[in-house]
Amino acid sequence: MAHEAAHDHHDEHHDHHEHQSFFQRWVMSTNHKDIGTLYLVFSLLMFFIGGSFAMVIRAELFKPGMQLVQPYFFNEMTTMHALVMIFGAVMPAFVGLGNWMIPMMVGAPDMALPRMNNLSFWILPFAFALLLSTLFLPGGGPAGGWTMYPPLSLQSASLAYVVFAVHLMGISSIMGAINIIATILNMRAPGMDLLKMPVFVWSWLITAFLLIAVMPVLAGAVTMLLTDKYFNTHFFDAAGGGDPVLFQHVFWFFGHPEVYIMILPAFGIISEIIPTFSRKPIFGYKAMVFAIASIAFLSFIVWAHHMFAVGLPLGAEIFFMYATMLIAVPTGVKVFNWVATMWGGSMTFETPMLFAVAFVILFTIGGFSGLMLALVPADFQYHDTYFVVAHFHYVLVTGAIFAIMAATYYWIPKWTGHMYSEFWGKVHFWNSVIWVNVLFFPQHFLGLAGMPRRIPDYNVAFANFNMISSIGGFLFGASQLIFLGVIIHCVWFSKKKATDRVWEGAKGLEWTLSSPPPHHSFTIAPVIHDDELAHGHVED
Amino acid sequence: MGQQQDIYYVPSKSQWPIVAAVVMFLTVFGAAHWLNAEPGDTGFGKTVLMIGFIGILLMFFGWFRSVIHESMAGSYNTQVDRSFRMGMMWFIFSEVMFFGAFFGALFYIRMFSVPWLGGYGHGVLTHQYIWSDYAASWGSGGGNGPAHVGGAFETVGPWGLPLLNTLILLSSSVTVTIAHHALIAGHRKKVLLFLGATVLLGASFLYCQAHEYMEAYKELNLTLGSGVYGCTFFMLTGFHGLHVTLGTIMLAIIWLRVLAGHFSKEHHFGFEAVAWYWHFVDVVWLGLFMFVYIL
Repeated sequence: MAHEAAHDHHDEHHDHHEHQSFFQRWVMSTNHKDIGTLYLVFSLLMFFIGGSFAMVIRAELFKPGMQLVQPYFFNEMTTMHALVMIFGAVMPAFVGLGNWMIPMMVGAPDMALPRMNNLSFWILPFAFALLLSTLFLPGGGPAGGWTMYPPLSLQSASLAYVVFAVHLMGISSIMGAINIIATILNMRAPGMDLLKMPVFVWSWLITAFLLIAVMPVLAGAVTMLLTDKYFNTHFFDAAGGGDPVLFQHVFWFFGHPEVYIMILPAFGIISEIIPTFSRKPIFGYKAMVFAIASIAFLSFIVWAHHMFAVGLPLGAEIFFMYATMLIAVPTGVKVFNWVATMWGGSMTFETPMLFAVAFVILFTIGGFSGLMLALVPADFQYHDTYFVVAHFHYVLVTGAIFAIMAATYYWIPKWTGHMYSEFWGKVHFWNSVIWVNVLFFPQHFLGLAGMPRRIPDYNVAFANFNMISSIGGFLFGASQLIFLGVIIHCVWFSKKKATDRVWEGAKGLEWTLSSPPPHHSFTIAPVIHDDELAHGHVED
Repeated sequence: MGQQQDIYYVPSKSQWPIVAAVVMFLTVFGAAHWLNAEPGDTGFGKTVLMIGFIGILLMFFGWFRSVIHESMAGSYNTQVDRSFRMGMMWFIFSEVMFFGAFFGALFYIRMFSVPWLGGYGHGVLTHQYIWSDYAASWGSGGGNGPAHVGGAFETVGPWGLPLLNTLILLSSSVTVTIAHHALIAGHRKKVLLFLGATVLLGASFLYCQAHEYMEAYKELNLTLGSGVYGCTFFMLTGFHGLHVTLGTIMLAIIWLRVLAGHFSKEHHFGFEAVAWYWHFVDVVWLGLFMFVYIL
């Protein structure tokens, strides 16, 4: 094909990018860095919106009895908090990080399909405008929980808005995932073999596969809700031969892989950061890659562990219990390898490393409480209690969110060309790590004592732990303003220039580019030196 | 992976992504308003929905036009071509999973929920206390559930129109493959002939299905409201029909592009993408014919 034409076109484009208007740069972009920035800023905004919903929840639960809000509004808050945090904060943050880093890590100029990349992002603000607008509708927003179980969710006047918002988010995620797979499989520089890719890139390749496999299933599930409410179908109505439990099966077939969609990229991030600050290649690179793949495979055959208490046949409960516990094996491999990477390393504890170490410890706590929940007889006791809430907040806040924060501190000098304030980063870290435990650890006890989740009022017996949890919640929430401050300072006010390598022990292609990197990362394929890769030489 | 290109290609800025996001939003926003419309509504939702939908059509037209122009100008190298191929393959995989959700619902309903309502296995209490006279069965006997929602109905027999439709779709897969081989061999007239035949076969499939739907509604009393039989029947065949409609339109556009001489022996990704899509709707139909009509 006409290489000259491609060349000319490229140069012309390259020359023009300097003098583009604000609208052209941010709205019509085909640049992976600008789109990545949009994703990250959007995610941060959603993090604070979803966080403010959590503050309402914790304020209401500060004392027993009803104090601040109506029960319906409380239910709207629990529902919206989850939807906004999952689809608005965590997933777009990972896509943003992937957008920024994957092309640089594999030696590509940009994503494989840059215009579709832009569309993937721009769907999101509209989808969340649609979702959040339901709070102002006469009938109120969705209040049946983010899982949208029928028949409760079918009573909501805003169901159609929520379903369509979920459709839009799904389209965005699928397109984003297709783009990431095409980038990784097609845009790698010569010599960047699959088993030389950074673990973060591997984690995203597998996550993208999960996204394409399960987001359409969610779309199918919510479409059935829509037709049950508005078009007289009976998927979830026993009178017509259907079954509300059918929704739970279809939903969790999406939902469980979704859980790993929110944690596998975090595993990838931690696997980048720990070797850098331990000044050692990652321990067991191949085992790390295969562990991620095993977790992804297992995620498709464990969904019914969310439904143990719904009345499944005994054979199903036993199968899903053992399959779920099997996940502890590859996860254990990962935790072991992170610790083994640190073992004997020349470690330093800059803010990204602090978050990464906290991730390893606190995520493991969340993993263990997950194992407890996997036991069918025990789950009958824990189901729908605050123990479950504590469990998934340990894996999502101290897991996914901590990894996103670690990644932000780790890569923001590369993105902006300036160092963030190490002092304020550490202040942010210590506040976060202390208050997040004050916030969520007591919820284990509340759950074991029998406090149900998604309830605005509770027995006075639960008062003390709830008050402690709320205090932790407010302070954890306030600590995130420090995070915002550190980012704003780093982007606009920091005087301290970042070097290209930024961190002494950092290895990988992304650190060979300038800080900030050029507009198109690698316009000519870089030469790969195995010694420059984060995991060193990999034996074949 | 053979990254042998001299220089990478990054497309220029485009207004189409943001236009696409806006029109998609208008479409679903209008649809949600319409669904929630109170009696005496001004028709605001419907209007927005129509504007959004027309916008989507124009967006597709504009976006594809610019891509076709760039492709014809030779901007795309083999690496871009590979990215497009991967994009299409994974898109089809996502569609497979979408149908998987509905097939999964069908299997669950037939294997579990209907038998349990009839008193088999573990779900016996609902049967015993609420619908003790319900005998679990599929089809016209009990496919609309214990409350017989939607009233008595007859099913569509597999060996009439559905069999004809199976033959139509299978032969359309053959004709599109012949057209593809003819394209590679450089016989443009033969491509036009067989691709045109594929479009006509697609259209006749849709005609037969429309006929079948009308018969189901008017004579068999089989509607979307006929319990789980009706909703699985119409949702599965309906979504498939929607995909056939899209595929037929895509094939027709490809026919026009062949007529305009857009494709060469080596470069005809647009043709291949549509052919893949067409084989995909064909395979889904075989699943439907087996599990919705015959069994």
